[in-house]
Amino acid sequence: MEFLIETILSGLMAGVMYSLVALGFVLIFKASGIFNFAQGVMCLFAALTFAGIMEKTGLPWPIAFVMTIGVMVFVAWAVERFVLRHLVNQEPIILFMVTIGLAYVLEGVGDILWGSDVKVLDIGLPSGASDYMLDNFNIYVEKLEVFAALIAAVLVGFLAIFFQKTRIGRALRAVADDHQAALSVGISLQTIWVIVWSVAGFVALVAGTLWGAKSGVQFSLSLIALKALPVLILGGFTSIPGAIVGGLIIGVGEKLAEIYVGPFVGGAIENWFAYMLALAFLLVRPQGLFGERIIERV
Amino acid sequence: MNETSANPILSVNNIEVIYDHVILVLKGVSLTVPEGGIVALLGANGAGKTTTLKAVSNLLGAERGDVTKGAILFEGEEVQALSPNDLVKRGCIQVMEGRHCFGHLTIEENLLTGAYTRRDGAAAIRQDLDKVYAYFPRLKERRSSQAGYTSGGEQQMCAIGRALMSRPKMILLDEPSMGLAPQLVEEIFEIVKELNRKEGVSFLLAEQNTNVALRYATYGYILESGRIVLDGDAKALRENEDVKEFYLGVGGEGRRSFRNVKHYKRRKRWLA
Repeated sequence: MEFLIETILSGLMAGVMYSLVALGFVLIFKASGIFNFAQGVMCLFAALTFAGIMEKTGLPWPIAFVMTIGVMVFVAWAVERFVLRHLVNQEPIILFMVTIGLAYVLEGVGDILWGSDVKVLDIGLPSGASDYMLDNFNIYVEKLEVFAALIAAVLVGFLAIFFQKTRIGRALRAVADDHQAALSVGISLQTIWVIVWSVAGFVALVAGTLWGAKSGVQFSLSLIALKALPVLILGGFTSIPGAIVGGLIIGVGEKLAEIYVGPFVGGAIENWFAYMLALAFLLVRPQGLFGERIIERV
Repeated sequence: MNETSANPILSVNNIEVIYDHVILVLKGVSLTVPEGGIVALLGANGAGKTTTLKAVSNLLGAERGDVTKGAILFEGEEVQALSPNDLVKRGCIQVMEGRHCFGHLTIEENLLTGAYTRRDGAAAIRQDLDKVYAYFPRLKERRSSQAGYTSGGEQQMCAIGRALMSRPKMILLDEPSMGLAPQLVEEIFEIVKELNRKEGVSFLLAEQNTNVALRYATYGYILESGRIVLDGDAKALRENEDVKEFYLGVGGEGRRSFRNVKHYKRRKRWLA
């Protein structure tokens, strides 16, 4: 029994990480209809910059963190100024191709700026097992993972308030609904895109930091973007709660499958289970669990 | 009332619009809207009404359209040099054809997006919201329902109300009658008239429903394949034989069959 709970918990924690990456995808997809393939690389780039600044300048982490936010805002601005602005009203597939290119550019720039060695991101996040859980319930839980879950919860709460209650949030949702109409009421798409890419950059920084603190900042970090795909298919491309729930389901699902189904098929299910689940979902519910219902007047 | 002599709030001078660098849509359109006037822009499908309005509100760029000749002046300022949001800030806003409400936002949120460019504080915006609800009581009832689930008439009201929230001096109203019952069309036009009288908002409205448009407008222009072929006071246009025959569906000698309509007639008379 304890083993089962432990498995589920560790699945949930891994799921939180997937959710954070997926969240960045959802933000950009909602506001601009662009599937941002570079989101995973943005996580890597943010974490690299964060670790790089700390390593090269020896500044304390809060200052380096704020500086990294500045860098991500600059990246957002540059993407809008040099890429998106020239591709208004192009086919989604063209924009998708652009983000693939962007992924390579960001990866290369990160490499040139900060080097390709694995970096340790030590910002004093709690690590090791939680003694409390171990003593009282005999369950092994990583402190860092609990911390990550808390951060994710705070982030989602913050985003929900931002989207529902603020003027900018309302404008973001308006743009997501209808570009043309948003333009016609005087919402500047350029500003909105910079904002949304900045927010996605911030989410990427948080996700990258947590992954980096767990397993070091390395280039394989950009590959977690691939795990975010099934999360999005499960949760729906346009739903923030969907990204969270989808991430948790994938996280728990793959851990459980690995342990309880794995032995019968020779193991290593964890690597492809998420994609199988996504495939099954596409057949049954293509808009995802929480995907926006398409409002159609008849 | 002679409104043509009043100051123009908008003047469009001989503009040419090309889409995608090849498709010539407007071939020299000129018109003026006097301050406080309601001007109707009439014509069939594809005549260039919407393109004209979008050229004025500078929304053509998003559709790969380009004003290649001529000039558009809003309150004496060159429109082409301004972005759409600058124009909204200056008081020129478009209500697009087919309503274009934000389907997943509530009616109230839709209205609030109209106030996006304003910087005069929440209290003033609140006040204007109440004003919009006073003009459109039906919106108040539906304030918390998602716009996508409201009726066509409510969406049209929402779109006009949303434009009103920006405190406009001029509204470019594109085909407000589209897909609405005749009774509802009258209701919408009554409100347009009221807004014009009480709030002093000028209107440039593109319509296919010539009959209604000419009853509420003060002046009218008729567009045909990207050219203005006729213009005049609304009353004069209503009584013009050609307008009657081609746009109001009644000829000089009462109702006529389409079999007898002679197409060369209008070419000869209008494009000569």
